[in-house]
Amino acid sequence: MPELTASFSRDDVVYVAQLARLDLERGEVDLYAAQLASILDHVAAVTSLDTTDVPATAHPLELANVLRPDTPGPTLDRAEVLAQAPLVEGGRFRVPPILGEAP
Amino acid sequence: MSASAEARPAGAVETAAAVRSGARRARDVVAAALARIATYEGEIHCFNTVTGDAALVAANRIDAAVAAGHDPGPLAGVPIALKDNLCTRGVPTTAGSRILEGWLPPYDATVVGAVEAAGAVVVGKTNLDEFAMGSSTENSAFGPTHNPWDLNRVPGGSSGGSAAAVAAGFVPLALGSDTGGSVRQPASLCGVVGVKPTYGLVSRYGLIAFASSLDQVGPFAASVADAAALLDVVAGHDPADSTSLDVAPEPVASHLDDGVAGLRVGVISDFLVDASPSCVAAVREAAEVLAAAGAVVEEVAIPALMLGLSAYYLVAPAEASSNLARYDGVRYGLRVDGADVSRMNGRSRSAGFGPEVKRRIMLGTYVLSAGYYDAYYGQAQRVRTLVAHGFADAYERFDVLIGPTSPTVAFEIGAKTQDPLAMYLSDLYTIPTNLAGHPAMSVPFSLSAGLPVGVQVLAPALGEGPMFRAAAVIEHGADPGARGPIEPRSAGAAR
Repeated sequence: MPELTASFSRDDVVYVAQLARLDLERGEVDLYAAQLASILDHVAAVTSLDTTDVPATAHPLELANVLRPDTPGPTLDRAEVLAQAPLVEGGRFRVPPILGEAP
Repeated sequence: MSASAEARPAGAVETAAAVRSGARRARDVVAAALARIATYEGEIHCFNTVTGDAALVAANRIDAAVAAGHDPGPLAGVPIALKDNLCTRGVPTTAGSRILEGWLPPYDATVVGAVEAAGAVVVGKTNLDEFAMGSSTENSAFGPTHNPWDLNRVPGGSSGGSAAAVAAGFVPLALGSDTGGSVRQPASLCGVVGVKPTYGLVSRYGLIAFASSLDQVGPFAASVADAAALLDVVAGHDPADSTSLDVAPEPVASHLDDGVAGLRVGVISDFLVDASPSCVAAVREAAEVLAAAGAVVEEVAIPALMLGLSAYYLVAPAEASSNLARYDGVRYGLRVDGADVSRMNGRSRSAGFGPEVKRRIMLGTYVLSAGYYDAYYGQAQRVRTLVAHGFADAYERFDVLIGPTSPTVAFEIGAKTQDPLAMYLSDLYTIPTNLAGHPAMSVPFSLSAGLPVGVQVLAPALGEGPMFRAAAVIEHGADPGARGPIEPRSAGAAR
């Protein structure tokens, strides 16, 4: 069981920022560490409640898969969609190298 | 009444009736709305985009339909403003964020199609806290919106632009979205009616997602009747939203005047402890109004509701961190180049998201990360159940509940921007409803030092009928000076 009391360290901020793909400036790390610690401190009040035998609610509705008949219908216009992308090539989204090698 | 007061727009129901009968032209209605926007928008900043030319074209179409003997629909010619997180095909939709600046959605949200099919005319996209995360509209990348009742104060949030647009008399109707109070709290702070419908009653297709198990689109209007008319237009099953309820919704507008005789009303005592005296007084007076109209009113303690805020600030950021992963600089929105995909993602997101969005993404990522998931996110989900059980017990004895919408009236711009937690507490009384998936609405009731105070009416899932009937009675007993539209003004200025 991890320690749940209120510390949100600079290292925690750097770690979650990396997980969340956010590049933070040094000043931002300190600010967010203080603010997130304060928020977590408040909301962590619920972590000490006894919820044995209480089921989790992930969603207000009883969710079930929703299926539709497999019939073709209109789709988004390809040119309209690609026109909104930062970079396209040959009808596809263009991105920088993924594993370091040149395309 | 001054000449300018007489120039205030009529209500939506009244306007639509006049347009459908040919007594008023939609073009004149829309032109008057655009003129009022041109006069005051510089001081208030409700809009990220005003679609004036398209609105006049749409209005002409409505007039042509009337002239040809067709019925353009129940909202014929009524100007409407849309929160800028509702997708509008070919019209900029920013969600208040730099990361979507300039983006033109390739499709319309289902609710946008619904209001247009009913004859309403979209005049613009309203300002909001970035990705609907906030309670003051100060988190918009495009600057804050000002409260028409006092231009130095916030309109609330996150749908502050929509609330202020109705309060300033720019439009009789607006749509917002409510994830933890983002329709009701700004409605309360701006002296207008704001409704958060039952989860699944209104389609979320084309609503830019914040926290998908909590988000719901809802109406703003200057009166309960107008809000009901708009809800009736947007409610209904949508095959494009897998969480849309497959039910035929009961129309609310046609039963507004049925009264509250015998209706069992609970006053949530837990909400009266920390609210400001004027907000508590409004609830007590509203309770008397309901009792005088024949309702059976009693206080009820539901302590589990006070756990809602903490659960919400674990659940909502968790869902947001997942939903906002899609803004990666690949398919739409801002891209800042980097040597590889990962660097490009990080730079784009850092440049595109503002501080509150980054905070919530990091908080959500943290509570979902290995080692913390069950202690935080899992526990919050179990507490969410406790909140729902608290409501369920109360609704065995009561048909509707009432309480304050917000703990305070509108606060000054800048008052809470340095303290995120203080800002979060603005939603203490609205959040439990979203966790349970229930409907609730805010009704303007009284004035406190010249600022409007709203009363919240809450109901169980699909309890919109009794909720609106109670709201109509409360509105009838309210101070008529406490609701918009008003002439926008600075603090202390005379009406």
